[in-house]
Amino acid sequence: MDLFDDGPEDVGGNAPEFTVTELSGAVKRTIEGEFSFVRVRGEVGRVSRPRSGHIYLDLKDDKSVIAAIMWKGVASRQQTQPEEGMEVIATGKMTTFPGQSKYQLVLEEIRPAGAGALMAMLEKRKALLQSEGLFAPERKKKLPYLPDVIGVVTSPSGAVIRDILHRLRDRFPRKVLVWPVAVQGTKCAPEVARAIEGFNAMTPGGALPRPDLLIVARGGGSVEDLWGFNEELVARAAAASDIPLISAVGHETDTTLIDFVSDMRAPTPTAAAELAVPVRMELLAGLRDYNARITRAVGQRLDQRGQRLRDVSRALPRADTLLEGPRQRLDIQGDKLPLALRRLVDQQRLRLSESAGSLRPSVLGRAIAVERGRVSDRAMRLSPALARLVATRREALARRSDGLSLRPIRREISAQSDRLTGLSRRLDEAQNQRIAEIRQRLGALDRLRETLGYKETLRRGYAVVHGDGHVVTNKAAAEAASGLEIEFADGKMRIGGGPSPRKAAKKPKPEQGSLF
Amino acid sequence: MSETTPIEAMTFEQAMAELEQVVGQLERGDVALEASIDLYDRGAKLRAHCEAKLKDAEEKVAAITLDGDGNPAGTKPLDAG
Repeated sequence: MDLFDDGPEDVGGNAPEFTVTELSGAVKRTIEGEFSFVRVRGEVGRVSRPRSGHIYLDLKDDKSVIAAIMWKGVASRQQTQPEEGMEVIATGKMTTFPGQSKYQLVLEEIRPAGAGALMAMLEKRKALLQSEGLFAPERKKKLPYLPDVIGVVTSPSGAVIRDILHRLRDRFPRKVLVWPVAVQGTKCAPEVARAIEGFNAMTPGGALPRPDLLIVARGGGSVEDLWGFNEELVARAAAASDIPLISAVGHETDTTLIDFVSDMRAPTPTAAAELAVPVRMELLAGLRDYNARITRAVGQRLDQRGQRLRDVSRALPRADTLLEGPRQRLDIQGDKLPLALRRLVDQQRLRLSESAGSLRPSVLGRAIAVERGRVSDRAMRLSPALARLVATRREALARRSDGLSLRPIRREISAQSDRLTGLSRRLDEAQNQRIAEIRQRLGALDRLRETLGYKETLRRGYAVVHGDGHVVTNKAAAEAASGLEIEFADGKMRIGGGPSPRKAAKKPKPEQGSLF
Repeated sequence: MSETTPIEAMTFEQAMAELEQVVGQLERGDVALEASIDLYDRGAKLRAHCEAKLKDAEEKVAAITLDGDGNPAGTKPLDAG
């Protein structure tokens, strides 16, 4: 039990006892007193933005981390919003959070640690957007040649909008809708983005005329002043714009992120107005020039064609020349015409009078009387003539039937019989003569036959070989024969009975035959 | 530029481009006389259309007024000097 008498309350001796809260409070007082205003340089670590609007972030270097918080009100004042990886110089005071035994830096201001840090951040964003293809040239939209309504996103007061409006008025006055925005500070980026989206959201024919061209403009300033136009939010809104967009931020040497995604970058706001509209006076002059050229061209063409027409018509023979010949012929024929007509009439009249001279009723009457006389004469003769004709024919018939007897027929038969006898005699004579002729021709043909037969050939020195009663015409037959017989012109000669001589060819010549 | 686009519906640029074509064609003189007269008529109409567009050079500047939510509520004249 003694061991337990040395209670733990004795450890530490007389040191006073604190409650946890008392200690935490003491630490808080010490820290806040000692670090009521500090500047710290470091890299922004994890950043979180809860809905409260406060920003929680870590500041770090290669060894340590300090938690930091930026209240909502302070955050909205900052020109540059903290981003992870950003090198910053932060100003504020240290405080503790006793509830979790934590200490943290309450930020009053945070700014990039020099231009280099800002630029590095900008490069990072640029690389990101570029990798998404938002800078691609083929994404760039063509600016309308003559926009009807131009939307300008800028501050409603100041030199920028004035410069733009002046230049537009000089070149080609147009309808301009200005969307007022803050052009620096924390509100700049969201307002500019909102304006670009707002213009795009307008519908053609809506309450407000939808612009067909946008200009996002701001005058010159420090990198920090222009920083809103480097925000990703603005760049993405500009990239997403369906309306062609000209960016004109800062001076010619300033380049902001929006310049890379806009469809056209103008070095200054004035230049943006120049890109936006053509010069009206020049167009009018051009139009007048076109008009003059059209008039001149048409006039020239007409002149040329008129000239050509005149040339061609000069080559064309004159109408009177063409008609001279025919007209002369017409005159000649025209002169002749009455004369010819008169002559024709005279001729015809002559013929008429000639014909008419003999044409008198008495002539006609006489002719009729003559014809009538002939008709009655014929009529009177008509019936006696018929009776006479019948009598004549009857008489002829009687005559013929009288002459019809056998005598002429017999005479005819004897005459024909004599003719037959003569003819038979002539037939026999002709037959005998024909037989004699044929016999004579036969003798001649037989003589011819004998000259053409093989006997005649034998007489010319050839011979015929016979064997076993047939004519032997080749060696094989001669060898096969039991005996051979050679026929000459003057008789046959038998040779051997056995095998025949080798050269017993058909028709051997007599001198060859003597060899055997 | 297609011949079927009514001139009244053409933008200034379209009308100008066709006018340019018409001028070129007439100057080259490779169109028949009747066609050139039609072309001349069309050129005159195009020119009138362009001129009307150029006369329509009205300056009207307004600033958008925004409601509490930042939405456009209307316009007010802008005097930017």
